[in-house]
Amino acid sequence: MKSLSEIDTTSKRASRASGFSWGIAEEVGKNIRLLELFGLPGIKNLTQYYLDRKSKKYEDLKIINQKNISNTLAFCPIIAGVSFLDHSKKIENYTKLIFENLAYPILFLPFLSRSSEIMGKKISLSFDENEFLLNLNVNILVNKNDNQILPLAKKLEVKILENEDSFNDEEWKNLYALSEETFVEETDSLKQSGAGAGLTDND
Amino acid sequence: MKIELRNPNVVMKLSRLGSFHQSKLSFLRSFLNEFKDWEYKRDLFDLDDEGFGSAVYSFKKKDRIYSLVCFANKISDDERSDRVIATKWDAAFTLYDGSPAREDIERLKNEVPKQEVGRLSYKELTLSRANKSVRVFDHVVNNLSEGKQPDLDLLSSVGYLYRTTAVYGSGKFGLADRFRIKNREEINGPFRLEMMLVYLVRQFTFDQVNHVAKCKNPTKAVSLDKRICKNLGIGNSTGLGMAPFIVNHPTLLNNWILAREIALKKIREIKQVKSQDSLLFKNSLKKSLVNITSWNTESTYQQKKIKDLLKDVQKVIKFTENDFNFNEEYPFNKIYLWLEQNSCEECTEYVVSIMMEPFDDIIKPLIHQMSSDEDRYFNIPTSRKVNELKNILEDKYSEVLNIDFDKKENNQKFWFISKNKEEPRLADRYIEQGSELEQPLAIARDIKRLYERIKSLNKDVSIAEFLINNSDLRHVVRRAFIIEKFPYSEIQDNTISEKIIPIDMLRLKLSFFGALKFDPRSDKWLRICMFQGAPLPTDLKNYDDQWVYNLDQ
Repeated sequence: MKSLSEIDTTSKRASRASGFSWGIAEEVGKNIRLLELFGLPGIKNLTQYYLDRKSKKYEDLKIINQKNISNTLAFCPIIAGVSFLDHSKKIENYTKLIFENLAYPILFLPFLSRSSEIMGKKISLSFDENEFLLNLNVNILVNKNDNQILPLAKKLEVKILENEDSFNDEEWKNLYALSEETFVEETDSLKQSGAGAGLTDND
Repeated sequence: MKIELRNPNVVMKLSRLGSFHQSKLSFLRSFLNEFKDWEYKRDLFDLDDEGFGSAVYSFKKKDRIYSLVCFANKISDDERSDRVIATKWDAAFTLYDGSPAREDIERLKNEVPKQEVGRLSYKELTLSRANKSVRVFDHVVNNLSEGKQPDLDLLSSVGYLYRTTAVYGSGKFGLADRFRIKNREEINGPFRLEMMLVYLVRQFTFDQVNHVAKCKNPTKAVSLDKRICKNLGIGNSTGLGMAPFIVNHPTLLNNWILAREIALKKIREIKQVKSQDSLLFKNSLKKSLVNITSWNTESTYQQKKIKDLLKDVQKVIKFTENDFNFNEEYPFNKIYLWLEQNSCEECTEYVVSIMMEPFDDIIKPLIHQMSSDEDRYFNIPTSRKVNELKNILEDKYSEVLNIDFDKKENNQKFWFISKNKEEPRLADRYIEQGSELEQPLAIARDIKRLYERIKSLNKDVSIAEFLINNSDLRHVVRRAFIIEKFPYSEIQDNTISEKIIPIDMLRLKLSFFGALKFDPRSDKWLRICMFQGAPLPTDLKNYDDQWVYNLDQ
């Protein structure tokens, strides 16, 4: 089994060899490491993408808008990803972004995962039958993982999710009420001695 | 009195970094301190009469076990090479996480001796190999088998029975990634498991030499005297592979140097020094002379450094013994200021190391701050402005920005990875081919390029906007925002200069390992000695913490 350190270093060097700057190659190294750590097919997709780049041209998406459409060449997922990552603070004001014709969307995904951490917001990503929920770069939820090479997303939708609870108030109240059973009812004596400070905060 | 930390523009110069010496902060010393109360055991020793076969050594505490698995092989003299590119070695080793089963040892027997072309697993933590110093090993075997102890002068001139080359860890060749084990308390310090491997290999070399001597002459042979063993270390040959490491791990480098600088600052700030502490300092300094006088090298470059060091350390001893009163306030600050005026860089850093000896209360907390979670600082803060970046460059790289890279001599060298050996190399870009594949290690040059490109930009341009069309400098933009928080993260020197002495970069790292007796074999590789004078594993419980200064004459 390859270690994550080997995956990082080899992906970085291969990225440089494929024409990216060292700085971007460093980003890709970290990203592929992240994908493989989460059990997603990073190496497979990267290898195939770099093979394709030898004979195909891709468009560099350097400015991210709400709608990003390429009618001719497919977008390079790495430049699109770097742009997304670098402009995270601007993008977090959008609720939904569309990318049409994005090559190898799996390679775009870790940039979004890292953006999720920078924004402090979850991001959902969907294309074709695939759905991903990126949780602040801590984990990635996937509706299916066929360990496949996915060469193109004709339409890819990104949603920046507002920070909202996944439960309702009633559910929270019920749980909180249960947690209160660990509390001790304070007697007058405890009120005086338990806190270790005075009875007023005005002293 | 408040003492400022030393200026990175002074400390992070290559000549200064190349003058660093081991200290109480060094990893092999902190390793011994951490593992001194672990249970040491030789679990397996299955060598034939010539000393070839397998052995296992372990350290155990509660449920945690680390096992060194050793394979000693027969190789011919013409196959023996210290170079990292060799394919066969006298012995190969791996540190196994736990206690290896028979099947593990069989699996490792097929992989470990192959080193770079073998495959390890997440159960193995570190990997290395070593060659005999044949001259010394054979001499010791012959003498022991005749019932005699070996010639101490010969042993002293070499210092070890075996010499390792690379010691690998952190995911190399399939070994466990650092993240798998990083939360273990006992390895909360850099390179702990690499140090453990080397330390246990040292013991294997003693056991092997005793075994071969005994097999050679069962009736007459004696064992190598324990006192002699203690005075032997384990050698190491190190090449350029270490140099990129310190450039590629900026926050880790910072944390090593910062620990040293904080230690020095706190020691200089001590108003009254207790007499036992000043005595320990003075004794360590005097005893350390043996380390200098027994430091052998054929390198004229190093010979001059040793000669200057010896002369200056003798001056320091004379000064502290005769002309200095430790009852004065802030005595170590006064000594430090005297050193800056009266001694060479090599001596200043040597004495700074020895100043740490009495002060466990200062040093021990710092040891736990010498690791780094580098991923935390990887993202570039792209919403910040180029004006902020410009200020960082002017503040943190002021001397680097003065280098004229249009001059050929300042742009002479380039770093690359050799295709056939997959090892870092340094070459002259005006003579050799391949500079288009240069590794991103010319940080000073690229920082200067970055500065030239941003200095006339509108100050409100964001870093994200700047990077859209300046991707080629992304790697140094990242570094600039790292150095903003980590002042010692960068070598403040030109790593592609005609004048660069690459072994300065190696020595910096090796000093933090705790190496002694740097012996440059060229400007690109050197030999060192580790654990010379260190307690044997059976004597770890109550060892002398100043062992490094207590070598026998």
